Amino acid sequence: MGLKGRDVVSILDLTRGELEALFETADKFDRRGRARYRLLEDKVLALAFFEPSTRTRLSFETAMKRLGGETIGFAGAEATSVAKGESLTDTIRMLDSYADAIVLRHRYEGAAKLAAEVAENPVINGGDGRQHHPTQSMIDLYTIRRLFGTIDGLNIALAGDLRYARTAASLALALTLFRPRHLYLVSPPQLTMRPEVLRVLDEAGVRYSVHGSLDDVVEELDVIYVTRIQKERFPDPMEYEKVRGSYRITLDLLKKGRKGLKVLHPLPKVDEIELAVDHSEYAAYFQQAAWGVPVRMALLTHIFGVEV
Amino acid sequence: MKEERLTVSKIRSGTVIDHIPAGKALHVLRILGITGSEGYRTAVLMNVESRKLGRKDIVKIEHKKLGEDETNLLALIAPTATINIVEGYEIVEKRRVRIPERIRRLLTCPNPTCITRSSREDVVTSFKLVSRDPVILQCEYCGTMVRGEELENLLTK
Ligand SMILES: [Zn+2]
Repeated sequence: MGLKGRDVVSILDLTRGELEALFETADKFDRRGRARYRLLEDKVLALAFFEPSTRTRLSFETAMKRLGGETIGFAGAEATSVAKGESLTDTIRMLDSYADAIVLRHRYEGAAKLAAEVAENPVINGGDGRQHHPTQSMIDLYTIRRLFGTIDGLNIALAGDLRYARTAASLALALTLFRPRHLYLVSPPQLTMRPEVLRVLDEAGVRYSVHGSLDDVVEELDVIYVTRIQKERFPDPMEYEKVRGSYRITLDLLKKGRKGLKVLHPLPKVDEIELAVDHSEYAAYFQQAAWGVPVRMALLTHIFGVEV
Repeated sequence: MKEERLTVSKIRSGTVIDHIPAGKALHVLRILGITGSEGYRTAVLMNVESRKLGRKDIVKIEHKKLGEDETNLLALIAPTATINIVEGYEIVEKRRVRIPERIRRLLTCPNPTCITRSSREDVVTSFKLVSRDPVILQCEYCGTMVRGEELENLLTK
């Protein structure tokens, strides 16, 4: 298996073929429901969460437990006391000597690359800085593939904070491995996609356009991927209120779209999606979150080189 | 080149870096890592007349023949520089500078949340050249892109 022993720092560390193989394994785990396995019973996974993240951490923990493995680690405020002023590289060296692989979440861009350089065992980026969150992108792609049977040929909008939300940037990078029909980048002008991400889209020949509002494009879309716009990005609270209102996903907006339109969100969401949407046929985000476990199970088995 | 003759004599062997943009000679020495304590006889001429540039700087380093890997780094701040390797008072090699594909250690990443900016970490910066014209470099850790004209301010102190 191609992924055995490898680091996953960016979604672009994988090929389309490797992702498709991963999705097939995730299909198997999902079909078998909540089964428990003994595939990784000799393995320990370190979860090093220097920044709090409930979902990513718990779904890795669940995935590892379902596979019969063990986890160690720390999260959020605990990380400060673990590190006690220690460098990231020293903490990683310690975890590397205890565990068979490390999942890292860090506020700084490039933390996962640095950890991967230091650790001998595989490092999986659980989100660093504002650009990379490869395992979330795997789940996003898997969700689209499950819902539509394909990723190619779809019209996909990324909406909200495209500048600082690592999930949006990472998914944009991920889509360069596929052939979406068109990518719509919808954000307020302060939060447009970063030039280094656009450069990758350009080089891959992905067709994309930049928009200020979903209203202009909703009729053309198959998928809307929503990210939260955070208040702290706006020095002026009035400006934030204005922007927030115009990026809210409402049932009325979605009704203007095509049949089969789906809304994805990496979660947690606050109020960027109207509650009425949760119970509509448009909402795919709870399903998406649930698929986080089989996708991460698949990734762990591929990285440990275990046949499923 | 009357002024030049007035200030410094020709070197017998070593490297003459000519056509440095005026005022950049000290940056050139910094990039080359020459502090003076190495013992090379070194001449630094600043703001001398130049037909091509109006004013220019020149650096002459005796008994030290700089390699291409070293002088190519000068392209970061002195893309017009020409390198003359001298032996027996004769120029035996003349070359221009060309930005290398990868630049390690010399530049600081402008992104304050790049892991290379963390004072706790012992990590060497690394930039790769993504475009030669215009010059664009990219931090290999955080992905931030920097343009040619920003480079001088990013030189590691
Ligand atoms: Zn950087």
